[in-house]
Amino acid sequence: MTIGIHELLMPTSASANPLIPAVADIVWSAVVFAILLVFFWVKVLPNFKKNIDARTEAIEGRLAQAEKAQAEAAAKTANIEAEQAEARAEAAQIRESARAEGAAILAELKEQASLEAARMAETAKKQIEAERQSAIISLRAEVGALALDLASAVVAQNLKDDKNASSMVSGFLADLEKDSKKN
Amino acid sequence: MLLLTAGFDPFTAGEGEFEPPTIGEFYPEVIAFEGTPFALNRIMLIRLLVTTLLIVLFTLWANRFRKSTATGQFVPGRFQMFGEISLNFVRKSIAHEQLGEKDGDRFLPLLTTIFFIVLGMNITGIVPGLNIAGTSVIGLPIILAGAAYVTFIYAGVKAHGVMFFKNALFPAGVPKAFYVLVTPIEFLSTFILRPVTLALRLMMNMIAGHLLLVLCFTATHFFVLYSDGAFKAFGLLTFTFGFVFTLFEILVAFLQAYVFTLLTTVYIQLSLADEH
Repeated sequence: MTIGIHELLMPTSASANPLIPAVADIVWSAVVFAILLVFFWVKVLPNFKKNIDARTEAIEGRLAQAEKAQAEAAAKTANIEAEQAEARAEAAQIRESARAEGAAILAELKEQASLEAARMAETAKKQIEAERQSAIISLRAEVGALALDLASAVVAQNLKDDKNASSMVSGFLADLEKDSKKN
Repeated sequence: MLLLTAGFDPFTAGEGEFEPPTIGEFYPEVIAFEGTPFALNRIMLIRLLVTTLLIVLFTLWANRFRKSTATGQFVPGRFQMFGEISLNFVRKSIAHEQLGEKDGDRFLPLLTTIFFIVLGMNITGIVPGLNIAGTSVIGLPIILAGAAYVTFIYAGVKAHGVMFFKNALFPAGVPKAFYVLVTPIEFLSTFILRPVTLALRLMMNMIAGHLLLVLCFTATHFFVLYSDGAFKAFGLLTFTFGFVFTLFEILVAFLQAYVFTLLTTVYIQLSLADEH
């Protein structure tokens, strides 16, 4: 390549040496370079860097935000679950105590009922006993009177006739029967 | 065709005569301010045009970045994305890769400026109507290489003081007697050849590319219009060459911008490194 270029360069005039810069060439190159260097340094790169940094920051910020939200949601869920467990435990406790209370009430009622029954039975027994006693007493009094009646009658008849005595007894018994029927 | 050979002076190419391109291509006639240090010719105008276009394009991007920062709308559009990719190419792939984030950002203004000037000025070599690279005349490569030279020396002195020159010229681990040989070589390679090769590599690539394209298209012009019969077919061949080299020049334009910026970065990195 170099040889080719060299050959191409040869026929030109001595004034046009491509390695020796013209003054205007250097001047315009320097102007162009200076303008663009300042332009990139002052305007383009700062804006570019700021944008890139801001974006990185925004992405990181949003990630952190999402993480925080997730943690919050997890905490909330845990809270709800704990509350639910607590409520469930409470309900179980209430149910348990209600059952116990019911059992207690039932037992009490049963006891009361059996006591009542026992009391009633006792009362009835006492009443029966009292009635029997009064019956015995009244019977004893009546039998006494009857015995006295019989004895007086026997005594009165004996004075007259022995035969009559037996008929008198039978008559007395008949009277007794009548009396009891009348009564 | 006419546009593609616009850099070719029709007056020197006589009717029906094949005139190969000369170095005069790179010294077009002065248009304004002749005889002053601000003499303007076609190539200087191309440089000013590229500068204007770069400023317009990057102002649009910078404003877009500022708007995005101000409004908090961080999802970039297609246009903004393209700007980001362009700037990040220099920032991430070149500066951060070689220098790390801190020093990379420190020298980023220079590196970004060099990359986009070289790319913008190179690409005019294949833009129809312009047809010559702004970097194909030595002035701009000299200014850019000079900026790189000053910057890598500044980086070394800032980091190591006078020790920078000692480390550069008297590398550690070399027996003292060898310094007679090593020091001149190091001086030549570090302080002379680095800037010279930076400038010449760029300019020679652009000159060679331009001459090749002009050669192909003037040959096509000559064969198609002024040759007889079968020779006209050569025109097709030279045109195809010209077309392929145009595509190749796009690659070269980008590659030279990348190489110039990368080497500047590497030189800065070598200056910053503790041991030379």
